[in-house]
Amino acid sequence: MTTTNAKNGDHRIGVYVCHCGSNIAGVVNVFEVAKWAQENLADQGVVVSKEYKFMCSSLGQKLIEEDIQKEKLDRVVVAACSPHLHEKTFRGAASRAGLNPYLCEMASVREQVSWVTEDHELATEKAKAMVSGAVARVREHEELNRIRVPINASTLIVGGGIAGIQAALEIANSGFHVYLVEREPSIGGHMAQFDKTFPTLDCAACILTPRMSEVGMHPNIELLTWSEVEHVDGYLGNYTVTVRKKARYVDTSLCTGCGVCWQKCPKKVIDDKFEVGLGYRKAIYTPFEQAVPRFPVLDKENCIYFEKGTCKACEKFCAVGAIKLDDQDEVIKLSVGNVILATGYDMFDARRIPRYGYGRLPNVFTSLEFERMCNAAGPTNGAVVLRDGKTAPKSVAIVHCVGSRDKKYNTYCSAICCMQSLKFAHLVKERTGAEVYNFYIDMRTAAKDYDEFYQKVLEEGANLIRGRVAEVNDATLFGGEEGKLLIQVEDTLIGKQRQIPVDMVILAIALEPRHDSAYVARQFGISTNSSGWFTEKHPKLDPVATMTDGIFIAGCTSGPKDIPASVAQGSAAAARVVSYIEQKELALEPVRGSIVAEKCSGCRICNGLCPFNAISFDEEKYVSEINQALCQGCGTCVAACPAGAIAGTVFSNQQVLAQIEGLMRVPFHETQPAMA
Amino acid sequence: MDAQFEPLIIGFTCNWCSYRAADMAGTSRVKYPANIRLVRLMCSGGLDPTFVLKAFTCGADGVLITGCHPGECHYIEQNYKALRRVRLLTRILQPMDIEPARLMLVWASAAEGVHLAKEITQFVEEIRALGPLNWPLRTRVIEKPKQAAQLVEIPA
Repeated sequence: MTTTNAKNGDHRIGVYVCHCGSNIAGVVNVFEVAKWAQENLADQGVVVSKEYKFMCSSLGQKLIEEDIQKEKLDRVVVAACSPHLHEKTFRGAASRAGLNPYLCEMASVREQVSWVTEDHELATEKAKAMVSGAVARVREHEELNRIRVPINASTLIVGGGIAGIQAALEIANSGFHVYLVEREPSIGGHMAQFDKTFPTLDCAACILTPRMSEVGMHPNIELLTWSEVEHVDGYLGNYTVTVRKKARYVDTSLCTGCGVCWQKCPKKVIDDKFEVGLGYRKAIYTPFEQAVPRFPVLDKENCIYFEKGTCKACEKFCAVGAIKLDDQDEVIKLSVGNVILATGYDMFDARRIPRYGYGRLPNVFTSLEFERMCNAAGPTNGAVVLRDGKTAPKSVAIVHCVGSRDKKYNTYCSAICCMQSLKFAHLVKERTGAEVYNFYIDMRTAAKDYDEFYQKVLEEGANLIRGRVAEVNDATLFGGEEGKLLIQVEDTLIGKQRQIPVDMVILAIALEPRHDSAYVARQFGISTNSSGWFTEKHPKLDPVATMTDGIFIAGCTSGPKDIPASVAQGSAAAARVVSYIEQKELALEPVRGSIVAEKCSGCRICNGLCPFNAISFDEEKYVSEINQALCQGCGTCVAACPAGAIAGTVFSNQQVLAQIEGLMRVPFHETQPAMA
Repeated sequence: MDAQFEPLIIGFTCNWCSYRAADMAGTSRVKYPANIRLVRLMCSGGLDPTFVLKAFTCGADGVLITGCHPGECHYIEQNYKALRRVRLLTRILQPMDIEPARLMLVWASAAEGVHLAKEITQFVEEIRALGPLNWPLRTRVIEKPKQAAQLVEIPA
């Protein structure tokens, strides 16, 4: 690159004012702005100032490129749209003409002037001020190059639900190594608990378990179940992750998964995780038959041996001697280049809405309980029955939006409950022939074949009542209603209060962020929204990336999603990771801070300010240092350093101060009439 | 002065939220007074207090600081640091004879173009009511339009 590295004062700056058709020129007098810049900013080094219909067009870019070469420009200012739209375009043009792309600056005279200002004269004046500010700023720009970092080809995936499984398989099938960390004894996630999946009604296990065993057997996937991430260090391409493998009390190198240990274990425990309290498991167990890996986990809290010191039934009966009662937690360190967080969701605690009676009225169930009940491998072998375990209900109420779309709990829509509730309506009809009432606020069936499913359920004779349920109680008033539950609701379609007696109530509970999502977000240096869902880099255009390079998200971690969307996100995140790995090294934007060691007094004020732990203290040299690959360029340390020892690039103090000065070179019309 | 006083305001925006809110205000064609001129920072946490003092010195009558809503910072939590700095700055401004009301902090997410425009409009009105910054250190030259203003160096 051959840029004349001119000193302040002898810069050669080109100013380019875009008409954007009539978007800018219709309000701002672009000819006047260009002429004004040429005349009044000459002392700032402006040597060329032009206007053009569409600067971003190939002809407009050509104009800038030619000027850079012909006029030997060393700085370029483009007064056009927002830099978020075309900064890349004009940096590209500068680069093609042999100018360092970071010597180009934009003034957003469309978004910030012509589109928001009514008065043409005031708009023209503000445009001049903004050009002046940009010129003053660009003088302080420096040549920068993108920062290159190598990429470790291994990937860490946190969470073995369907999104994590999908991502792991995609990456592993591309030939790269994957560590899949899951905190439960088996992968599978929530999907493994479901019976049927909407709208096709195919069985969840039938489509999920082949994927699970593929993960279990894949040579490129190292499965770390019953494990949790403890600590994360590093940056894109070079993360070091500390994982705690919780003591399993089973030697997985010997265990064959034959199942004799849990058959012989004398201790029955209520399974409040996988069976949501409806069924039992043993103290040594796998959560379900098709668990991957097939090795059991010994639950120390409930084990008779750990309680009383005797028993060891599992050890006695294990033919291969795989029971290891002196097992300890193991802490391992993994080196990975990228991370995909597919940590899923928690279910809303229905006890938080006491008027729906969950936990107090036995025949009020949650949606997850009902899923288990429908499951052929579940606690009732697929029979839909009341809490007594034998009576089939004659009428069932399904309440939508429990904990969702409610200012008291969660304002968002949980996205899956409408379809899930319709699926329940179908299953109840199919299995018991009971009368079904669905209470909904709005019916949201917006995906392929979803509305068709809704129509089908309607045809099957489900009663859909539009209205939020006020209360579920057992205060029956009339004969023949004894023992029933009363649904109090306003039917908003007929505008009347209704009381509907039913045998069973199913609450379609909300999907909530994991209870520890804020902690996990801090661990991985990403952010959450006010609800606690992880924040995407861009909600529409970059939904699986996060603000931290190399950390991706998939599935319900960023908000409620159905299975197809979670799978799509798993694949998308995998594609992003593979594209990083394939590049072998990456170029990062040079928006970074750096410490001038001579100026640093070693006060360490900056050390605690960095959210990415990019600043470390060198005890020997007694100065702080910034890791360029970790730094994300927020500038907080630059602003905080009392010695002014930290320099930020692209947004340096000199640049900002110069821009303020430049902006103020154009005074506001003191005699203008007041604006609206 | 017969005509109504028109203040000049410098606004600092965060690259990820409030600058995009300003973009959004543009794309949704919301009108707000031309009295404000925006400076882009990467993060409100990168706001050096001297930027504010510089703006006042150069003749701004008010300074608006904008950032992501608490809990939504692109850099996790740096907007809290901005909040702390603004609190401190407000205390510094008083003994310097600058009314604390001339400095305002507004949270605006990338989707809140209308909100940002409304806050700007209101702030401009407040500063207009407050009148010009009566500060001897000020270098703003009040001139007739079309004449370039000259910056006066502040004696050290």
